[in-house]
Amino acid sequence: MSAPTADPPGVIAQVTVEPLNGGALLARVGTTAEGAAIVFEGRVRSENKGRTVVRLHYEAYDAMAEGVLREIGSEALALHRISQVAVAHRTGTLEPGDVSLVVGVAAAHRDPALNAVRYVIEQLKARLPIWKREEYEDGSASWLPGRPGAARDAAGEPPGSGRAGT
Amino acid sequence: MTQRAMPVRVLLFGPLREVAGAESLELVLREGATVRDLMAALSERGPLGEGARAAAVAVNRRYAGPDERLEEGDEVALIPPVAGG
Repeated sequence: MSAPTADPPGVIAQVTVEPLNGGALLARVGTTAEGAAIVFEGRVRSENKGRTVVRLHYEAYDAMAEGVLREIGSEALALHRISQVAVAHRTGTLEPGDVSLVVGVAAAHRDPALNAVRYVIEQLKARLPIWKREEYEDGSASWLPGRPGAARDAAGEPPGSGRAGT
Repeated sequence: MTQRAMPVRVLLFGPLREVAGAESLELVLREGATVRDLMAALSERGPLGEGARAAAVAVNRRYAGPDERLEEGDEVALIPPVAGG
């Protein structure tokens, strides 16, 4: 069984080198049937563990990553009473302040929308085949430690659930 | 019945790509080899072997468990601990 290759209804999933814009997504997400629209923007921070970050390089297993995002989006639709989910991750070289991730959800009501946004973020942090390399002010660079990649397990829990966020 | 050799190309990413100095590596397994067999073969590859131990394996763009059998032509990738988002 191969990974999904086209967005199913209600799901938009994208891995791209193009800049992301949460505001533009918020303007598009949801119809008049949805009373709750949320967009989360993940941005590159200028500091990590006391070091000044000058650049962040995101590398993806491109052929797999979009399929994983699509699966996560479909799960969010199945698990939460939402109408629409859009998730996009940017790759390539980013600078502090740049948007690396957008997650947009529309639902009739706020609780499912909020829960679905959190679900998508936690799942992609555990499963998405993307790695990041920070470059620091002093010219050094390092790959950030990650979380063991895995599919969602049979119990339906995100792998590594309960762990502190990265 | 003799088991044929099965060449496998393993895609590398992130820190593993850096350690190996290449985007992929080639190895030869026996026909019918599993993901577990692949990991055993990789563990003998020095510094890459150490990094590979912490990695998951994807076969045809899906995470694969240790008992999954590999077939000729499968797209196999080593997935070191992920750090997206």
